[in-house]
Formats: sequence, C-alpha cells, structure tokens
Amino acid sequence: MASFRRARRTVAAGAFTTFCWITAVIALFALAAIFWSLLTQGFGGLNLAVFTQSTPAPGSPGGLMNAIVGSIILCALGMVIAVIVGVLAGTWLAEYGRNTPYAEAVRFVNDILLSAPSVLVGLFVYDVMVAHVIGHFSAIAGAVALALIAVPIITRTTEDVLKLQPTALRESGVALGTPHWMAIRKILWKSAGSGILTGGLLAFARISGETAPLLFTSFGNQFFSLDPLRPMASLPQVIFNFALSAYDDWVRLAWVGALILAGAVLAANIIARILTREPRRS
Amino acid sequence: MTAIDPALSRRAPPKGAALDPVFRYACFAAATALLASLTGIVISLLIGGWPALAKFGFHFFTSTEWNPVTEVFGAEGPIIGTLVSAILALVFSLPVAFGVAVFLVEFCPSPLRRPIGVAVELLAGIPSIVYGMWGLFVFAPFFAMHVQLPLMTMAQPGSLLEKLTAGVPNGANIFTASVILAIMILPYMAAVLRELLLTVPVQLRESGYGMGSTPLEVIMSVSLPYVRRSAVGAVMLGLGRALGETMAVTFVIGNSHSLPKSLFDSGSTIASTIANEFNEATGAMHTSALIALGLVLFLITFVVLAMARALLGSDKQV
Repeated sequence: MASFRRARRTVAAGAFTTFCWITAVIALFALAAIFWSLLTQGFGGLNLAVFTQSTPAPGSPGGLMNAIVGSIILCALGMVIAVIVGVLAGTWLAEYGRNTPYAEAVRFVNDILLSAPSVLVGLFVYDVMVAHVIGHFSAIAGAVALALIAVPIITRTTEDVLKLQPTALRESGVALGTPHWMAIRKILWKSAGSGILTGGLLAFARISGETAPLLFTSFGNQFFSLDPLRPMASLPQVIFNFALSAYDDWVRLAWVGALILAGAVLAANIIARILTREPRRS
Repeated sequence: MTAIDPALSRRAPPKGAALDPVFRYACFAAATALLASLTGIVISLLIGGWPALAKFGFHFFTSTEWNPVTEVFGAEGPIIGTLVSAILALVFSLPVAFGVAVFLVEFCPSPLRRPIGVAVELLAGIPSIVYGMWGLFVFAPFFAMHVQLPLMTMAQPGSLLEKLTAGVPNGANIFTASVILAIMILPYMAAVLRELLLTVPVQLRESGYGMGSTPLEVIMSVSLPYVRRSAVGAVMLGLGRALGETMAVTFVIGNSHSLPKSLFDSGSTIASTIANEFNEATGAMHTSALIALGLVLFLITFVVLAMARALLGSDKQV
C-alpha cells in the first residue's frame, strides 16, 4: 500500500516536472518563432532608403523616414509632458500625500490608468483635443495621448524609488535648514535619479509601440512633417496600415518597421535593466 | 535651564523658502491631473455614448444587428467577442505561464535561469502590433492549412466538432485571436507569477522538501497557498490586458459584427471595432455607438482591474 502511494507520488511529481519543462519549451518556441519571422521578413528590407525616404505610394520605392521621425517626435513630446506630470505626481504621493485618503484615491486611479485599454485613452484625447481644442488630427494630440499612457508608469516608479530613500536623507535636508522643496529637488531626486530614469525608459518603451491611441489623434501622414499642429505619421500606425494593405511592397515595409520598432523597444528595456542593476553592484 | 533668548533663534528665512508652497501645489496639481484624467475619460465616454445608449436602450446589449447604413447598432457581437476571446486567451495562457514560472523557480538549470528569466521579462515589453502582424502573416495561414482544414474535413456532419469548427478556413477567427492574445499575455503573466513564487520564503519551501515532499507537493501545498490571493490578482491583470488589447486582435479576428457561431468563426471585439471604424464612422449615431462600446469596455476592465488591485499584495498581511 505504502509503495503504491509512493509510486503514485513519484509519477505525479515526474509528470509535473515534465509539464513545466514542456511549457517552458512551448513558450520559448512561440516567442522564438515570432523573432524568427521578424528577422527573416524584416531584415532583408533594411537599407539606407528606409531611413532617408518617406512612405511611398504603392509600387514605387520609399522608406519609413517620416514614420520614424514622427514616432521620435511624438514620443519625445509625450515624454516631456509625462516626465513633468509623472515625477511631480509621484513626488506628491511619496512626500506630501503619503497615507491621506486623497493620496490613496490617486494611487487607485493611477493603478487603473496603468492598465486601462489604450484605445480608450485614444477616444478620450480625440474627444478633447481633436474634436474640441484643436479641431483636427494633430501630432500634439497624439503626444498627449501617449503622455496619458506614460504618466502612470512614471508616477508609480517615482513614488516607489522615493519611498526607498532613507529618512536620514530627508532629515539631512532639514538639518541644513533647506526648504522642503529644495531638499526634494537637490537631495531626494538626485539619489533616486537612476530609478526615476528607469521608470522613464520603461514608459518610453511602452509608448513607442502604442498604436491604438494614435489612430484617432495623430492619425498619420503620407508625407514628411514636423508641424505639431498637423497630422503626423508614426511607426506603429504605418505598420498597421501597410500590413493590412494589399500591396506586397507595403507589407514588406511593414515588416521592416516592425523589426525597427521591436529593436528600439528591446534596446530601451535593456538599458533600463542595466541602469537598475548598477547601484546594487557598488 | 534658562529660557532661550528669542532674538537668538530669529534668523533670516532660508533662500527659496517662498517657493515651497508653489512646489507643493505643483506636485498636488500633477497628482490631481491623474484623478482628473480618469474622471475625464468616464465623463467623455458617458457624454459621447449617451445618444446611442438612449436610443437603443437595452437592445444595444442584446441585439447583434450592427448596421451603419440604417443606423441600427446592437453590440452583442463585439461584447461577447471581447469576453470570449479574452477568457479563451486566459485558458490557453495560464497553464503555460504557470508552468514557465514554476520551471524558472524550481527546475531550471541555474546557468539558464537568469537568461530565460530576463528573456521572458523583455518579451513582455514587445509591442502588441508585432504579435498582431505575426498572427496575420505567419500563424493564421499556418493554422488555416494545418489545423482548421483538417479538422473541418474530419468532422462528421451534425457532430459537435462540426459545430465548433464551422467557418471560413482563412485563419481569421476568434480562436486564432485568442491564441495570439495568449502568446502576448504569456510572458507578462509568467514574469508576474515568477516574481510571486520568488517571494515565498526559502525556509518555507525547504521545510517542505525536508519533509520529503515532491516539487509538485511543495508548489501546491506551500508556495501557492502562500501567494494565493496575489496570484489570482496577477491572473486578473492578465485578463485585463487581454480584454483591452486592440492591435494583436484586430489583425486576426476577422472583424465581423455577428455573434460568432463557432470557435472558428470570424468575430470582433470592442477594441477592434473601435480601432477599425472610429475614423470612418459615417454618422453621429455610428460614432456615438462606438463610444458607448468604449464605455462598456471601460466598465468591464475597471471591474477586473479593481479586483486585481485589491487581490495583489493582499497576502502580505496574513
């Protein structure tokens, strides 16, 4: 009887171990398959023209320059707004609001915004910026939509790293007779700097791949444009339009765009990772 | 002790002290902006969606007729499509994500542990549009050729299998969309579950092994009970992602508004419908119906995310 039970336990444990190994292989295989397609389909089309020419009409040569530049501008504008609002909001939560009911409410809202469907952010910014404030699709509306997605990430990381700073740091500011805001700016933000930067990079990685909110805000533009009040092309939006088109050369460009996008996002994530590891080493 | 001469403690206010309240209010304003934007989203969706909700009332949720020409909008198709695809994605993804997380914590050879762990976390950040493109060009054709067609030819007329697999064999259907969603949320859920399993104190796990437990028994009777509520929260977060995901789904779901009749029938989700039609909406009622759909999506995800938040981290007090 006892040996039967032991055999059953051994078999169950073995089956479970096998199951875990198989799932790990399945997961790695699926993700490797995605990368393999990305490389095989996208790498061949990667050339200088991709970075120096704008999106073509079907059948003619062209590149993704307007989309790449557009994405950089949209993300940069979005990040400027998001860093200002996010760092200040995170500072308020960690240094001023702390455990007040209002701070708890802000924290709750922040967590909801953190994972709210991005397409809804697009609808909201469309309603405010495109339909009312500006009256038409514009790059600035796209940047605001991206900022709205990035702010919760930055707020969260800022609050988390500020809370990790020792109280002695705050007291050192008080001991010197520094006004509270100077102590936050010159002491706390400095010592939390790499953490805040990491949050920023993660937010950047997240918004650079966002497509849904841009469709109704920055809309897209066949031509090169730097005007923030006009529609602007962006990499994810061009990938979306080209991938669903019936033209082979557009689909090829979409793959190239996807490769560039995935590469950029991976790079941002890897840099963020390296930054977080640095202080632990020293 | 003599009293301190007040003249001695009198000093000039520190430089920049006047800006203290300014900074404080700037921080407060930024925090309030977060509250305001969520409130703004709700109000904007309510106002925008109200005409459609008022006109169609309860029919909006129970009718499957979505016709921009006659301006009749019933959203049962996209709503059911959203729920079915997200739940199916969770069903596919959860066992694998759990297996991967346990693998990384318990079984992975230690030289591989870090690289695979890092790879899983990096993959969680890949933009969803990349998953969507892969689904459209690689997975859907493969699925249509090697799974859908054989299953359909194999199915006996009138059997359950025939009912489940009915549809156009082009690979664009609810099932494919769920698989792509599952692959997309897999690294994310695996990473969160792994983090959770790592919070289980080593002494606790080793005492389990010390009693002669197998890894299966340690996971099931020691680790999982320790992180039970948070684990459910992590799963809810994954569900929230799948519900609101737009791009990965839009490419492969087939975009038809009727109620999907089988697993292999084309369908739509709320997010994919909005992404496809919002810019081309013909009339005010069409736009309003799409925004009302957005409101429904918001309410669903809000409930899921609020539950996830309440559960995540709630084990620590125990």
